[in-house]
Amino acid sequence: MTLTKNELSYIINRIHRDMTSTESHILNAEWSEHCSYKSSKQHLKPLQTYNLTSIVGHDSGIIEVGDGYVITAHIESHNHPSSIEPFGGASTGIGGVVRDILSSGTRPIALLDGLRFGNVENANTKWIFKNVVSGISHYGNCIGVPTIGGELEFDECYNDYALVDVMCIGLGKKKSLIKNRAKSGDLVILLGNFTGMDGIGGSQFASDSLRSQDDTTSAIQIPNPFIKKLIIEVIMELVNHNYIKAMKDLGGGGLSCAISEIAESLSIGITVDVDKIHTKQKMTPEEIMTSESQERMLLIIDKKKLQKIHQICKKFDLLYSIIGHVTWEKKIIVANKYHVVANLPIDLVVHPPLIDRESSIPRYIMKLKKEKKYSFSYSDLTKIFAKLIVSPNLANKNWVYNQYDYEVGLRTVVKPGYDAAVLKLDNKKYLSVSMDGNPKHCYLDPYYGTLGCFDEACRNIICSGSKLIGMVNHLQFGNPENKEIFWSFLKSLYGLIDYSKNFHIPCIGGKVSFYNETAHGQIKPSPVISMIGISDHPFNTLQIQNNDNLVIIGETKDELGGSEYFYQIFDSYAGKCPQVDFKASKLHMMVVTKLLKNSLVNSITDCSKGGIAMAISKLCMLNKIGCIVNVDQIPSTLKLQIDKILFSESHSRYIMAVPDNKLTKIISILRSNNVIFNLIGKFNTDKLIFKHSNNEIIKINIHTLYKKWMSTINELMI
Amino acid sequence: MVLFILCMNVGITVFPGSNCDRDIKRVVDQTLKTCSRFYWHKKNLPSNVDVVIIPGGFSYGDYLRPGIIASHSPIIKSIKKLAKKKTPILGICNGFQILLESNLLPGTLLKNTTLSFVCKWTNIIVHNVNTPFTNQLKLYQKIPISIANGEGRYYVDSETLTSMKKNDQIVFKYENDSNNSIYNIAGVCNEDMNVVGMMPHPERAAEYEINPIDNKPSLSIFASILNQFNIEN
Repeated sequence: MTLTKNELSYIINRIHRDMTSTESHILNAEWSEHCSYKSSKQHLKPLQTYNLTSIVGHDSGIIEVGDGYVITAHIESHNHPSSIEPFGGASTGIGGVVRDILSSGTRPIALLDGLRFGNVENANTKWIFKNVVSGISHYGNCIGVPTIGGELEFDECYNDYALVDVMCIGLGKKKSLIKNRAKSGDLVILLGNFTGMDGIGGSQFASDSLRSQDDTTSAIQIPNPFIKKLIIEVIMELVNHNYIKAMKDLGGGGLSCAISEIAESLSIGITVDVDKIHTKQKMTPEEIMTSESQERMLLIIDKKKLQKIHQICKKFDLLYSIIGHVTWEKKIIVANKYHVVANLPIDLVVHPPLIDRESSIPRYIMKLKKEKKYSFSYSDLTKIFAKLIVSPNLANKNWVYNQYDYEVGLRTVVKPGYDAAVLKLDNKKYLSVSMDGNPKHCYLDPYYGTLGCFDEACRNIICSGSKLIGMVNHLQFGNPENKEIFWSFLKSLYGLIDYSKNFHIPCIGGKVSFYNETAHGQIKPSPVISMIGISDHPFNTLQIQNNDNLVIIGETKDELGGSEYFYQIFDSYAGKCPQVDFKASKLHMMVVTKLLKNSLVNSITDCSKGGIAMAISKLCMLNKIGCIVNVDQIPSTLKLQIDKILFSESHSRYIMAVPDNKLTKIISILRSNNVIFNLIGKFNTDKLIFKHSNNEIIKINIHTLYKKWMSTINELMI
Repeated sequence: MVLFILCMNVGITVFPGSNCDRDIKRVVDQTLKTCSRFYWHKKNLPSNVDVVIIPGGFSYGDYLRPGIIASHSPIIKSIKKLAKKKTPILGICNGFQILLESNLLPGTLLKNTTLSFVCKWTNIIVHNVNTPFTNQLKLYQKIPISIANGEGRYYVDSETLTSMKKNDQIVFKYENDSNNSIYNIAGVCNEDMNVVGMMPHPERAAEYEINPIDNKPSLSIFASILNQFNIEN
């Protein structure tokens, strides 16, 4: 039980009596940080900037994409469970986010997952990593939703832990969206799996630090993708017939949370008879109300439609029970055969007193501003380069995505492994999706780190030839009761708000997850940002021709704090965190979009983790062609050391392959827009060569590099 | 007589857990421009179905063994009858597993050697152009195609393999990446050659935007059905 003394007395003051046991369980679940957002709610308001194309009032964010279609998007994490039972934890993470998409009445069409684990050399990390990936593969493949992208990162701060972010995208017709209306007398139906003893207290479990692993087994849910697949098909049939008045998924907090939140959003009351619920075993009302058994949906329907709904459920052999009805009095009333076991005002359940957390700047931040001294010689560069490109964080992630069915649904035009995945929609438009995070940068500077993640996610969409239409985010931090953690959370949030406002990108959904810590301590601030874009023609980046020119846009600055270079080679984070220049960033996005639209470019990517070195290598490896790069031509701040030019992770930079006959046109467009750019190389060899003052400082065979880049993670996981 | 058949009746079976049913319908209806219908597993197929396609997916969540529970569905009885009548029947991925469990095709499918699900693009080679699904392909033609399975390693005892070779029952072989399938087998047919099962997904390779290499060979697998009924595509 997690209610504080103050919260207890607040409740007693409101209801003028002691709580019943069931009421206490309901409030403990609903007032957990996980369900109530009591630490973060008041700070999140400025982020809810909606533009004309987004629709409010659903579990998932909704954006219109033309021709009567809408896409829905939602992101969730399942960190605590995935650390203890990675296979089931990751599976149920997907199950949860898919239900949010279904709740709006849209069909899930794609999944993305952002995965973060500890040091990959540790046996426990390997175990967690392997099983999280198989859990996602098992669940996602079985429900027939393609997993089309995501990211993978290893960092010591996640040792014996895991961040498993899952994002789902749905597609539907605007007119079929669930209207979410109900009137007194409507029936409340619980559809799907049996309610059982699994996952009891899951939301409280997720609202506490993961310091000991005792007594947590019952807090972990059990996935069943087969039942989820049936639920998807049943809900789609019900939606097509317009049989559902309102819908809510059962996730954290189970029935308590679903009933109180749907009642609150519809301004109704709900009376529940717990004896009517189909349960796996004999359970008390407390257990039934807080069980987080998976694969369940709550529906509000018109009595007259019951027979039709019954027939559809029977066709799919899917269970359901009529568990209660809608009342006009805004109360949640729970009863069994004998008596009423809970009777609470909805607003009390849904609105716990918010907590004004204190914040203060973390002491470590000042210490990490200054770079560690290191020695560097030109002769080591090839070795360093080869080591860095194939290091686990930069290596190709095919070991992961080849376990996911990324093709099912016949939509995946750009497959996993590129800047953004691209999906074909039913109205002949194309949806691009990217997902990005950078805990190292966010650790050094949560504000600029978050801006950077946002900028990177946008750049990935821009490189796929799409227009930015919406963003979903997930803010993951340690214990909010710690002032320093809460400071980082606020800074990160301000970053989101500033970027979103400046670029007019609506935030269509987001989640906050606190208490991400283990016995080893807190995780680094880990915001994850997923960007959605749309286009009429997706850009194919695999078109480099022999003799194409290498052009870079943007300035390289002395910003190596939190870089993969410092981390992998010198085991250090310290230094200056890359900053985002809004003006330059906007200008570059506009210009790149113009170049792609006019088909002036054969291939493009942005510079992010691993800097220019990684970006050029990636273009070369994916196109299986080498390049000679003149490092001295790269636009950079004065007197920047060569290794810094190659590995700095400054934002708003793009590199692209341009054919000879389009070079003049591109140069004139870039010049007329006052863009910092330069011609820095030529693709005309099978080697990747970096030249400085006419010396070849790096020389590496592209096919050898490609082989190693593709196999790093395979070899680690054997 | 041919002219009277304006639209074929392609029956796509749907089991609880079928995932590729709508994908196949899109290729048949939109790319191939003929007609298909879904048939829910609890009912029999009408006898006037021209072609049956059993799609991939996870029928019954792959519980017990892939395809085994589906092979006891009512619809399988009518599929067996149609098979005897030499109606063309194609099982893809989980559909192949269902045909094997229904004893309509020889052999079995084992867990992949990696012990995990594998989704990637590969090449298969056509070894029999006399089935209703390969008559528009050339012998030894290469087909770039997508595979996505957890239990896709074909196995059959050596005696049966010998007779399968003799009867020309090996329809597709992997070009090189065989997932340790015996004799590199990717797809087989029955002795009458009207029932074909294959592990790769031709419906995922039949559209040019989805297939990164060449969509024509896979589309020919579907176009073969039309040819079987002498319908111009």
